[in-house]
Amino acid sequence: MNNTTKNRLNDKLFQYLGIISTFIGLILLAVFIFNILQTGLQRLDWNFLISLPSRFPEKAGIFTALMGTFWMLILTIIISVTLGVSAGIYLEEYTKKGFFSRILEINISNLVGVPSVIYGILGLSLFNRTLGLGGSLLAGSMTLSLLIIPVIIVTTRESLKAVPKTIKEAAYALGATRWQTIWKQLLPASSGSIITGVILALARAIGEAAPLIVVGALVYVPFAPSSPMDDYTLLPIQIFNWTSRPQVEFQANASAGIIVLLFITFFMNGVCIYLRNKWQKKVKW
Amino acid sequence: MGKAIEYYSIIITSLMNQLIANNVNVWYGDNHALQDVSMVIEPYQVTALIGPSGCGKSTFLRLFNRMNDYIDNFRMDGEISIDDTNIYNGSINTEELRKKVGMVFQKPNPFPSSIYENVAFGLRIQGIHKKSELDEKVETSLKKAVLWDEVKDSLKKSAFSLSGGQQQRLCIARTLAVEPQVLLMDEPASALDPVSTSKLENLIFELKKSYTIVIVTHNMQQAGRISDRTAFFYMGKLIEYDTTKKMFLKPTNIQTQNYITGRFG
Repeated sequence: MNNTTKNRLNDKLFQYLGIISTFIGLILLAVFIFNILQTGLQRLDWNFLISLPSRFPEKAGIFTALMGTFWMLILTIIISVTLGVSAGIYLEEYTKKGFFSRILEINISNLVGVPSVIYGILGLSLFNRTLGLGGSLLAGSMTLSLLIIPVIIVTTRESLKAVPKTIKEAAYALGATRWQTIWKQLLPASSGSIITGVILALARAIGEAAPLIVVGALVYVPFAPSSPMDDYTLLPIQIFNWTSRPQVEFQANASAGIIVLLFITFFMNGVCIYLRNKWQKKVKW
Repeated sequence: MGKAIEYYSIIITSLMNQLIANNVNVWYGDNHALQDVSMVIEPYQVTALIGPSGCGKSTFLRLFNRMNDYIDNFRMDGEISIDDTNIYNGSINTEELRKKVGMVFQKPNPFPSSIYENVAFGLRIQGIHKKSELDEKVETSLKKAVLWDEVKDSLKKSAFSLSGGQQQRLCIARTLAVEPQVLLMDEPASALDPVSTSKLENLIFELKKSYTIVIVTHNMQQAGRISDRTAFFYMGKLIEYDTTKKMFLKPTNIQTQNYITGRFG
């Protein structure tokens, strides 16, 4: 066959390869979700959401785990967003571009890829022991913040870089100071992108179990937290705990817990996509 | 009588803003972008800077509001002054300088907000927040830029909903709002269609009654149409600087003549 036919064939081949790969992923996801729904949906009701954990699978609920996850989310947002976004702004707008700043940039990108358990060990030593916070929500959220701050820094820097330099020039030419330019033009213009990145980082964070087990998220906590210094448990940990119980009824509980966790994750990602589309339409370079 | 008026006008001009460059050299790293340039730009006139690409005219323009400071490897020596004040003196407040010396860029660059907010930005950063005051100044500036009639009913609309020519006039209104005395324009019409260009040129003609205007342009006919004095730059050097009439009809330097007649460029 001649070259044209060969090229056409390769084209079609790649197309089909792409479609098959996509479908494999989608089918696996569909099978997983179907399985979970089948085992867990029956157990999912209002009682399940508001009950405390118990030895009896019919009575056990995820209230404390859910509250723990929400508390963790709020605390982590407060710590990681303030530190991460500020650091991102400082590194992008204030430091001089040179050898040292390049090293810093590479360093931070590397931190994004460090396994989360390592952060757990760091948190154990620094927050639990040295700062004496024990196994509290505060220590856990500080550890989780350490985990996602590098991601937020990278996202913030990329978002700021994406704002056209002409906007900065125009602001400076009108007599704005550096901070006025950042606060009144650069941040508003990049806020969509930054918020999207933050939500994605948080969606990843709420599924993290390993580092938090290391810093003291407990497995059996019969009360919802009422202050940052309280003991706590989280959804992923509660789910893991239930799957390791011998009673087969607990599997249904675990599946129901997974449905709740998936729902929260999908919801956060959905909000992210919605906001991103909304902002992209508004800002046209 | 004529002589008396001439004398009188000299006194007035000497109270206004002259832009003075004295033996100015500029380097970007090893690139010697401007070589020993000296010239005096007179107030209430349009001075055009012409020359082929890369000859240093934009660099020279940006010296007067210190926008070159943001470029890495920028180095300058010589003196740049506005009247008696050397603006590269360490104690100069660059924000105040830029309020006095405004700039309009080649490609219209409105902020991604409403038309009103674009013009109000320069006022807000000075601490003016009272709505009535802002409303009044926004209207005045848009009128000066001959844009008011076209946008007065849609001030809250996005700046990007305007056409290219309107966006450029919005950028001019934005610059005029901070009440500068000098306007630096870096090829303001190069991204515009001929109709918008001619509207812009008429606007510049009106503005020169109240502002000192320096305009970089690639378009020689434009320089001929609107400027009072013209400076020809080539390869970083100031080749000739004279009244536009003389430059175009009877230039002293052979290079000037070659550029103006289109022999190169």
